[in-house]
Amino acid sequence: MLAKRIIPCLDVKEGRVVKGVEFVNLRDAGDPVELAYAYDVQEADELVFLDITASHEKRDIILEVASRTAEKVFIPYTVGGGIRGIDDMRSLLESGADKISINTAAVKNPDIITEGAERFGSQCIVVAIDAKRKEESGKRKEERGNKDMKSKDSFPLSDSRFPSYKWEIYLNGGRTPTGIDAVEWAKKVEALGAGEILLTSMDRDGTQDGYDIPLTKAITGAVNIPVIASGGAGKLEHFLEVIVEADADAVLAASLFHYGDLTVRQVKEYLKENGIEVRL
Amino acid sequence: MIAIIDCEIGNLRSVQKAFEAIGKEARITDSIQTIEGAQAVVLPGVGAFKDAIDSIRQKGLDKAIMNIIDSGIPFLGICIGLQLYATESDEGGKQTGLDIIKGRVVRLPDIVKVPEMGWNRLNVRKDCPIFKDIPETAYFYFAHSFYIVPEETDVIAATTDYGLEYVSAVWKDNIYGVQFHPEKSGKWGLKMLENFAGLAESRD
Repeated sequence: MLAKRIIPCLDVKEGRVVKGVEFVNLRDAGDPVELAYAYDVQEADELVFLDITASHEKRDIILEVASRTAEKVFIPYTVGGGIRGIDDMRSLLESGADKISINTAAVKNPDIITEGAERFGSQCIVVAIDAKRKEESGKRKEERGNKDMKSKDSFPLSDSRFPSYKWEIYLNGGRTPTGIDAVEWAKKVEALGAGEILLTSMDRDGTQDGYDIPLTKAITGAVNIPVIASGGAGKLEHFLEVIVEADADAVLAASLFHYGDLTVRQVKEYLKENGIEVRL
Repeated sequence: MIAIIDCEIGNLRSVQKAFEAIGKEARITDSIQTIEGAQAVVLPGVGAFKDAIDSIRQKGLDKAIMNIIDSGIPFLGICIGLQLYATESDEGGKQTGLDIIKGRVVRLPDIVKVPEMGWNRLNVRKDCPIFKDIPETAYFYFAHSFYIVPEETDVIAATTDYGLEYVSAVWKDNIYGVQFHPEKSGKWGLKMLENFAGLAESRD
């Protein structure tokens, strides 16, 4: 059977990894290709490069990263961040990337999903969704002035107690609300030809409190394409939980791996001990 | 030299770099002369079946492919490259393929998540030389929505279990095809490419 995937994510700015990475002795810990190779050795199943370069003039640097990675790393990798159109996708795929992740461009022009899928195949087109929970009333949390929603107690994992949960998608790295419902958007991107969803919980991202189970479950239950869960990984149990309870096909983490709190191999061994199929 | 046929889709460069990593010279080309002069030929591909077959026909490469297959030179189809062997495909309306392997290409059923994306194993059905010295426990990387259903079972080199058991590799004489991406399948993928390249060298 298909193995569950463990995916480290590298934030890359102007060709350099921006979040500190301390887990291995590398000649150059800021070089995304060196890091990608190190994760390949750790038996990561896939990699995501998220390009956060702001300047348009320096956008081509990520192409060089994708291109050098192809010479050294023989597992699949996705490149996302700042992709505007078919030409950007083509350049990255020709450099050696396997998949392209689109977020803002897909919301602004959903046809780009279909164009990309028709030209390069659905399996190349990942739609990244950054989702944030709304309160039962349908309002955003900040509109109700509740500052404490990130604390664990006020955010129970049992979705059966909160059947009316809704999530809104955000753009520009979580800065811009859209008013679009995350579940409806997930169904739409599947219908348009997306081959995979990279789902980030903005409520959980950076908290290490665990993946967002209700959100992930709502999305995996709504679509028939693979879903990568992202945001909130803090310990081994979190990976198992989102796979078993929310049917995630893959799990993504960044700082947890970068700072060496856990290795990819440790996560895989733990999952295997708990009856989950992984590539080891 | 190994020729990688350029049908203007997808991950040609990744395949080339994988061969280079195992010390084999590989050239991306659409020159009939170069392809026919190669020790081994690879038909790679991601993308759409129709674009791939149209590109091959426009460049007159379909005849070159037939010549290579008749001459006994080792030939490897990867992903769409394997699917192009079929008589026809359901992808993008009904499309005709190269008809090298009798059969059709069909979509994965909706009882499973489509595309199949990730690492899966093979049940190798016979002593296929490209899988020599690769353990049963090895995983390979898949990213596809369609698969081949050959008419004759004796061309099946491997199957894969994904809620259904489908054909993930074919082998007929000098013709090999794999649904997964050996160039993205870590060390066992490289080993498979090495086995394939070795077939060319054993002919010299």
